[in-house]
Amino acid sequence: MSDFILAVRTLTRREIVRFLRQRNRVIGALATPLVFWFLIGSGVGKSFSGGANGPAASTGPAASTVSYLHYFFPGTLLLIVLFTAIFSTISIIEDRREGFLQGVLVSPIPRAAFVLAKLLGGTFLALAQCLVIYLLALGFGLPFSVLAFLLFLGTVILLGLGLTALGYLIAWPLDSTQGFHAIMNLFLMPLWFLSGALFPPGGSAGWLQWLIRCNPLSYGLTLLRLALEPGMARTPAMLDPLVSGLVMVLFSAALTYLAILLTDRMTVRNP
Amino acid sequence: MAPAPLAPIASATAVSCQGVTYTYGERRALDAVSFEVTEGEIFGVLGPNGSGKTTLFRLLSTLVPVAAGFGTIRLAGHLYPEEGALARRRLGVVFQSPSLDKKLTVQENIDAHGHLYGLRGAELAARVDALLERFSLGSRRRDLVETLSGGLQRRVEVAKSLVPRPAVLILDEPSTGLDPSARRELWEYLRALRQTEKLTILMTTHFLDEAEWCDRLLILDEGKRVALDTPEALKRQVGGSVLTLQCENAETLRDSLRRELSIESDVRGNFLDLPIPNGDEAERDLLNHVLRRFRRQIVGLTLAPPSLENVFTRLTGRAFVTGGEAVPAKAKGHK
Repeated sequence: MSDFILAVRTLTRREIVRFLRQRNRVIGALATPLVFWFLIGSGVGKSFSGGANGPAASTGPAASTVSYLHYFFPGTLLLIVLFTAIFSTISIIEDRREGFLQGVLVSPIPRAAFVLAKLLGGTFLALAQCLVIYLLALGFGLPFSVLAFLLFLGTVILLGLGLTALGYLIAWPLDSTQGFHAIMNLFLMPLWFLSGALFPPGGSAGWLQWLIRCNPLSYGLTLLRLALEPGMARTPAMLDPLVSGLVMVLFSAALTYLAILLTDRMTVRNP
Repeated sequence: MAPAPLAPIASATAVSCQGVTYTYGERRALDAVSFEVTEGEIFGVLGPNGSGKTTLFRLLSTLVPVAAGFGTIRLAGHLYPEEGALARRRLGVVFQSPSLDKKLTVQENIDAHGHLYGLRGAELAARVDALLERFSLGSRRRDLVETLSGGLQRRVEVAKSLVPRPAVLILDEPSTGLDPSARRELWEYLRALRQTEKLTILMTTHFLDEAEWCDRLLILDEGKRVALDTPEALKRQVGGSVLTLQCENAETLRDSLRRELSIESDVRGNFLDLPIPNGDEAERDLLNHVLRRFRRQIVGLTLAPPSLENVFTRLTGRAFVTGGEAVPAKAKGHK
C-alpha cells in the first residue's frame, strides 16, 4: 500500500470514528431528515391536493398525503447527503487554525490525501445514512430491484462526493463557522429547494424552471427518483436520465478536482 | 520516499534562516532575520507579543512558505519551500493550540500521525510503544484525548511529533497553559530527548524563566533580531547587578536620576531598573546616593543579578510586555 493510500485510509477512518463517537451527530443526522420528511410531507401534501399539476392530483386528501410523502422521499435522501456534507466540512474551519489539521498540513503527505479523505468520509457517512433510510423504506413496501439499488448507490456516491466537495470549497477559505452558516442558508439550502425535491418543476414559473435546470442537484434528484419510484418519475418535465448521469459525474469530478486545487494553492500563498 | 535532489549540507547546522522577511500587507512581521541553530541545541526565540515570533514559527513549521526573494530557510539541511516534503519528513512540530483529535484515543492519534509519515506495521507499533513508555503515557493509551489534563495532552503532543524520528523539533510556546510543575516536567522530557534522540529543539517563548533554560536565545522585537547569544552572555551585557526601585512615578524618578546623578535607568511599569557596574563599592555608592536623595519616592527596592527582562529593556528601550498571545491579524483563528 502506498504512503498516499495509507494516509487517505487513516484520515477517512478518522472522519467516520469521529462521527460515531458524537452521539448527538448520529441522532441528528438520522432524525432530522425523517422529521423533515414526515412533517413537510404530511403538511404540504394536504395543501397540494387541489393543484392540477401536483404529482398527487388523485382522488382524496388521504391518498394525496401518502403520494406526497412518496414524492418527497427522494428529496429527503438528497437532504441527508446535503446535511452530511455540511457537517463534515464545517469542522475544517476550526481544525485548520487550531486543531488536528495543523499536524496534517505540516506532514509530508500531499494535501490531496487529506482532501480526498474528507470527501470520502463525508460520502461514506451520507451513503450509510441513506442506506438506513432505504432499508426502512423497503420495510414499508418500496419495490426492490438490483438495478434500481445500484442506481441508488451510484447516485448517492456521486452526490456525496460532489456536495462534500462543494461544502469543502466553501469552508476552506473561511475563517469562521458563522460565515459558513450564512452561506449555507443563502446558498446550499436554496440549492435543495430548487432541485425539485419539494415541488415538481413542471408547475412553477418559467424563471424558476430555468433555475432548476441550472441546478446540478436537480439531475441527481432525477436519478434518485428513477431509482426509487420509476413509475412516478416519468412526467413531461422530467430531465433525461442519461444527461442526468453525465451531469452528476462531471459535477462531482469537477468539484473534487477544484477542492484539491484550492487546497494545494494555499501552500504557495504568501500574503 | 524519493532520494534527496540535493545532498544535505555537511555542517552541523540544523536550522538556518538567512535574511527572512515576511509581510502582512503593509506590516513587516519579520524584517531580514538571520540565525543558525546548531545540531543538538535547545534554541529559544524570545519576544513579546507582536515581535514576530509567531510568524517565524509559522514559517519554520512549514505552515506558510517564505516567498521567493524574501530570504532562505533550511530545515534539517533541506531548503523550504523548494524541498518541502523532505524538510517536513525531518521535522517535528508541536503547535501551541492542540493538534490532537480530542475524539480519538491517545494511541489512535499517535498511530494516525505515524501513518501520515508513511510509518506502519510492527515498526510503527514498536516506536509508539517506546514513546508512550518514555512519556509515561502507557496506562492512558486507550483513553480519549478529551479526558486528559492539559499537561498530559501536551505530553501526548510531544510524543506524537516524535513518532517519525524528526531531526528537529519545533515548539510554539510549549508552556502556555501549563502550571509550573507541568512546565518543569515537560522540560525534563525535552532535555532527556536531546540526549537520547540527538534532537535539535527550537522553541518560541514569552516566558523569561523558560528562556533562561535554553542554550541560546534569539531575541526578536518588532520583527527584527535584536540579540542572539547564550542567556549568560546576554545578561553579562547588562553588567554586574540591577537595582530595581518600586516607585509611584517611575518616569519622574528616572528623569531626576538622570539630571541629578547622571544615572541611566529603564522604566518597567511602576519599576525602575538601574544597572550597576561590577564592584561592591559601586553598589554601596549608588544605594547611598539614591536613598539619600529619593527615599520618599521609593516604595521598595531589590538588588539582584540582571534578568533577561533587563536585557530586553536595555536592548529595545521598552519593557517586556506579555499577556495573551498576539497573533497576526491574518493568522487569527476562530476561537
